[in-house]
Amino acid sequence: MADSVSSACKPSVERTPLNATSFQKKTRNKLLSIPGTRLSVQNGQLLVSTGVTSLDYLLGGGLAVGTVLLIEEDYYDSYSRMILKYFLAEGVVCRHELFLAAAQDHPNDIFQELPDPILDDVAIRKSADQPRLSCEPQDGLDAMKIAWRYQNLPKVQSALASSSRFGHYYDVSKTMEPEIRQAAKCHHFYLPEHPSQSSATHSPMLESYSALLKSIEEVICREGFNVSASMTKSRNILRIGLHSLGSPLWGDDLCCRDDPKHSHALTTFLYGLRALLRSSLSVAVVTVPSHLIQRRSLMGSIIRLCDNAIALESFKGSERKTSPLCKDYHGLLHVRQVPYLNCLASQLPDHKDLAFKIKRKQFSIERLHLPPDLSETVSRVSRAELAGAATVASACGSGNKHLDF
Amino acid sequence: MFAELNSILNVSPEHFTTGEFVLLSDRQSDASFLMHHFLGFYLRAGCQVCFIGLAQSLSHYSAVSQRLGVSLSQAKERGQLVFLEGLNECSAILNPDGVRTGSEAMAFLRNPGAGLRALFQFAHSSVNHSWGAEERAGDAGGGPPVVLVDDVSVLLSLGVSADAVLDFSHYCRATVCSQLKGNVVILLRCDREEDDYDDVGSDEGLERLLRGLTHQCSLALHVQGLPTGYCRDIHGQVEVCDRRRRADGQQKKTTFQYKVHDRGASFFAPGTSSAVL
Repeated sequence: MADSVSSACKPSVERTPLNATSFQKKTRNKLLSIPGTRLSVQNGQLLVSTGVTSLDYLLGGGLAVGTVLLIEEDYYDSYSRMILKYFLAEGVVCRHELFLAAAQDHPNDIFQELPDPILDDVAIRKSADQPRLSCEPQDGLDAMKIAWRYQNLPKVQSALASSSRFGHYYDVSKTMEPEIRQAAKCHHFYLPEHPSQSSATHSPMLESYSALLKSIEEVICREGFNVSASMTKSRNILRIGLHSLGSPLWGDDLCCRDDPKHSHALTTFLYGLRALLRSSLSVAVVTVPSHLIQRRSLMGSIIRLCDNAIALESFKGSERKTSPLCKDYHGLLHVRQVPYLNCLASQLPDHKDLAFKIKRKQFSIERLHLPPDLSETVSRVSRAELAGAATVASACGSGNKHLDF
Repeated sequence: MFAELNSILNVSPEHFTTGEFVLLSDRQSDASFLMHHFLGFYLRAGCQVCFIGLAQSLSHYSAVSQRLGVSLSQAKERGQLVFLEGLNECSAILNPDGVRTGSEAMAFLRNPGAGLRALFQFAHSSVNHSWGAEERAGDAGGGPPVVLVDDVSVLLSLGVSADAVLDFSHYCRATVCSQLKGNVVILLRCDREEDDYDDVGSDEGLERLLRGLTHQCSLALHVQGLPTGYCRDIHGQVEVCDRRRRADGQQKKTTFQYKVHDRGASFFAPGTSSAVL
């Protein structure tokens, strides 16, 4: 079916299985309907949800099938691990297949910690949200006696959300029921279970990464996720979660030294992973402890080899404990890279200064703004100082001085 | 191909200079849209094109070129385009137990220390013949040969040394530009500038490669973000540096701002974006 799909929508693409990739413009056909996916409105890509609705919005509607999402971990690996669990839980709910690789904890332990999906009261949530939103402009209309010209303007949306919901909500205080979890097919790769074999090639990739790459390729071939595979059964998506790549537990000394011996092991692995993903119906989420990597230039090449890249910076590990932002948010989120696939222009986010917070039922990413300082004191910590202290991705040249008077 | 960029560079598919070595580089941006421009430009001009696509898959380039009005599959069928899909060959090479053996051009994946000789030989053999010579008997055959590489920073990430890449570009320039009177276009993606690098040898590979290629090239287009910050309507600025020796010995350097659309890119003088005026 992949061949007929490709021939239906792009008759010029060669039919040899070697050249078929998962990036096909699926505009004209309705044959490829996999549960848990949807087509992007911008460029017709097949998208899956990451499990976090605000993150889906940031990435342009969802994670495109065949791409890699790189998450730069925060200091204690708490929020990046949470996003990885959301990603896997979304796969369980959508009935995709899962593949999880870890070197530190056994993947089964991570599988047992998946958050519980809120399946029943999704519709109830929606109706509960709407009356609240509709009553607020009413109060606004009454309140605006002086600035009445502004009453017709829409309220500023600080929470990132799109109108059509895609993805599910999860309750992090509870773990997923074992019955739901066992209904999904899970593969795992636990590094200590795979003894290291010395490779004969001069390839810069480490044995642990080669073994992982081989394992992923085996699962893809065996379970039929190749785009060129025959369509005897219904297609499904493989969700790959790779925890803490580049950490010393994988045998990599990227994080240990200024001048690592295996400086190209992780980048070669990421290139091989990209090659595998582009020719199969799978998505990958990779977390990397970037705060441990001594050479910052290596992060640049790692980010360029992944398609989407975000960085989490939690307030827990930083010294800015007393900033007013800590009360409202749990950390900052930086979008390092957004890909453009099958089109010239990428969907860049509107705002680059974002913060995230975890509520019990939602991981929300919001545009960063300080509430108005209504206290008597004059001193106001400007946002530029706070954001300037963090590593800002783009050349954001906002002024560092604040006028204090 | 972008019409405004053609007028900036003073070229057209019917009339362009040969023997050029074009370097596309970026810092904190993505200059790949320029690579799509040059691919469409040289295909429309009827050149014999060898495209070494390491960063993305063939269907990505096909889809974008389709939007720009050029069909890569038809060009491949008539022999005008030779496409090396790096990702495809990589999966064969990195898994040595597989049935398929990848192309020899990507042999540097197995042994990066050996250099890029095989890659150069592949590029040389691809452009050494002119396409359509047997069909168009009365014509002079295809246009001049062109080699496009997207992008060399992937080569550095895979363990190839900057010296090997500089050797490769030198060989390309010597054979394709001087001997065969063709053009070479290379894309190099750099990191953001970090002034607080303590050790000198940290990013010496990428920066050294950028300096070396800038010295070798005859036309350099450098893409970077706006110095004043992130803007949704203006995606960045392009610095066009014409390094050919002119009669007065001076090099021409101009700066433009650009915005990438769905079907092209528009270039305008700094400050004259339609969002601002």
